[in-house]
Amino acid sequence: MDWGSILNNTLAGFLTPTTIAFALAALGLAMHFGFAGLLNFGIAGFMAIGGYGYAISVLTFGLPWWAGMLVGVLGSVVFALILGIPTLRLRGDYLAIATIAAAEIARLLFLTTAFTDVTGSADGLFGFNSRPDGSGFQNSNPIPQGTYGFGPFTYNEQTLWVLVFGLIVLTVAVWFLWALMRSPWGRVIKGIREDEEAVRSLGKNVFAYKLQALVIGGVFGALGGIIYTAAQNISPGVYVTSLTFFIWTSLLLGGAATIFGPVIGAVIFWVIQAFLSNLLPALSTSGILPVSTTQASTLRFVLVGIGLMLLVIYRPQGIFGDKRELTFVK
Amino acid sequence: MSNNEKPQKTTDLHIGDAVPGCKKKDPMLVIDHVKKTFGGLTAVDVEHLEIPSGVITALIGPNGAGKTTLFNLLTGFDTPDTGTWSFMGTSLSGVPSFKVAQMGQVRTFQLTKALSLLTVIENMKLGAKGQSGESIFRALFPGFWKKQDADIEVKAMELLKRFKLDTKKDDFAASLSGGQRKLLEMARALMTDPTLVMLDEPMAGVNPALTQSLLDHVISLKGEGMTVLFVEHDMHMVRHIADWVVVMAEGKVVAEGPPDTVMKEQAVIDAYLGAHQETDLGEVTGRINIIKGEDK
Repeated sequence: MDWGSILNNTLAGFLTPTTIAFALAALGLAMHFGFAGLLNFGIAGFMAIGGYGYAISVLTFGLPWWAGMLVGVLGSVVFALILGIPTLRLRGDYLAIATIAAAEIARLLFLTTAFTDVTGSADGLFGFNSRPDGSGFQNSNPIPQGTYGFGPFTYNEQTLWVLVFGLIVLTVAVWFLWALMRSPWGRVIKGIREDEEAVRSLGKNVFAYKLQALVIGGVFGALGGIIYTAAQNISPGVYVTSLTFFIWTSLLLGGAATIFGPVIGAVIFWVIQAFLSNLLPALSTSGILPVSTTQASTLRFVLVGIGLMLLVIYRPQGIFGDKRELTFVK
Repeated sequence: MSNNEKPQKTTDLHIGDAVPGCKKKDPMLVIDHVKKTFGGLTAVDVEHLEIPSGVITALIGPNGAGKTTLFNLLTGFDTPDTGTWSFMGTSLSGVPSFKVAQMGQVRTFQLTKALSLLTVIENMKLGAKGQSGESIFRALFPGFWKKQDADIEVKAMELLKRFKLDTKKDDFAASLSGGQRKLLEMARALMTDPTLVMLDEPMAGVNPALTQSLLDHVISLKGEGMTVLFVEHDMHMVRHIADWVVVMAEGKVVAEGPPDTVMKEQAVIDAYLGAHQETDLGEVTGRINIIKGEDK
């Protein structure tokens, strides 16, 4: 087994556009679930709307990249409102059902052949990051052509540009969430997570707060989808329900009601993913694992599932969560 | 406050005879034809009821009499089938619960609702009204709310001292005992600077020592100019602190009046009181002359 290559690929998982995209989406879930107590199982739908909003605006409507990204964000705001206005008055569990269904509807709308001209159907969309007219995201890349970094962290100018941009967006999102959650607004949101009626009895418009939280978390999810899309082509096969649960795993790893937990959780998730996807096939090739190489690389998803279960059973507050919270988990 | 001293009762609140639905000299809440049914069950059916201002009114009645439902209706947590009701002259029909609370009518719950994973002090600060930092845009910049938040904290600490919870301020509310949660809920309600405090069974599940301090708190609310309406099953407490008693049974108001007289009314005894008086249980069930045992 080539341990050097396994280690190298594992370390590379630390910082990729995908890791940043996961961190952003997990941050959105932290807003939804960790702080506001909204069970959102449709984060993949928010990501898809962000990514497709960006890609379609650029390809079909010829908007510059930044306007396309704004359209993606606005799309997620509209999605959050459509989802939230009818369901947020109901009990939390209903929101979970509605979000999972809504995310599937969004994905199937992007997949259906009825809109092939716009969405590219199952093939997805490509060619929106670099535009011949110079309005694309990569056309605005200020980094000169070349190779940067060292060891596992070697990037070409295109990936580096996505990383820099992604890290800026992530930093702003982390600051935004931190600034909100230390404020009286954050106190109301956490109160709603604990008991809506009590907060209502104190004169707070609970519905408006929940809607605001849903929109903010949804925007974070859309930004995750946009960063993901800015690094590669977009395809409906990515935004499946399992993506939602990978984001949930990242969130719960780090700690649902924390600011940095979702970010660290996303990093850990992708480092483990990178490690397993290199280790398991290598184990299979060297005959230690009695399965084929393809089966071996799928095995990591089984392990992720087991990991998620162990996590919620034995450490529901996550790595960064307050230990005291565990004592009082309902 | 001395435990043995009898609190000063306010009397002469009503106009005319103290009959169900009688007019008050200075009503705070006026309820007209409020009716609520759950399927075939009529939970609340109140023709007319006025709650006097500036005094402590007790709402009593047997289990299932509709007391909590009436509370929910009055505070906007539930909507009645028919009827109108007003608070200090403003109609509250169709007003959502959070707006009712903003108008100065705050309530507590029968099953205490402490916000478990918030600290005691956060619970308290949440209660304060008109916080500019609760608007999402201003929340981002502490300049808008830092000073107000500090003032709120001072006020919260004063209240916590009064309720003897100041040493717990950084503990999660979940770590408090049941009685302490009741105290926290009441203290939190007071953070809203209410004009009307509605307490749903404030004494349920509270040990006798704490009951005394809770009673003192309720009485002190009146001293501070607040109106109190509470639901309670403990007749000693009702007699001790209430200035006016409203008795409900099967959704209707069956009697009202000052505590000493209303508890002697046959309708009240029939509906409810018998079993809770200091009289022999056998006497009550036997419909024997109960009032005879009391010489007040």
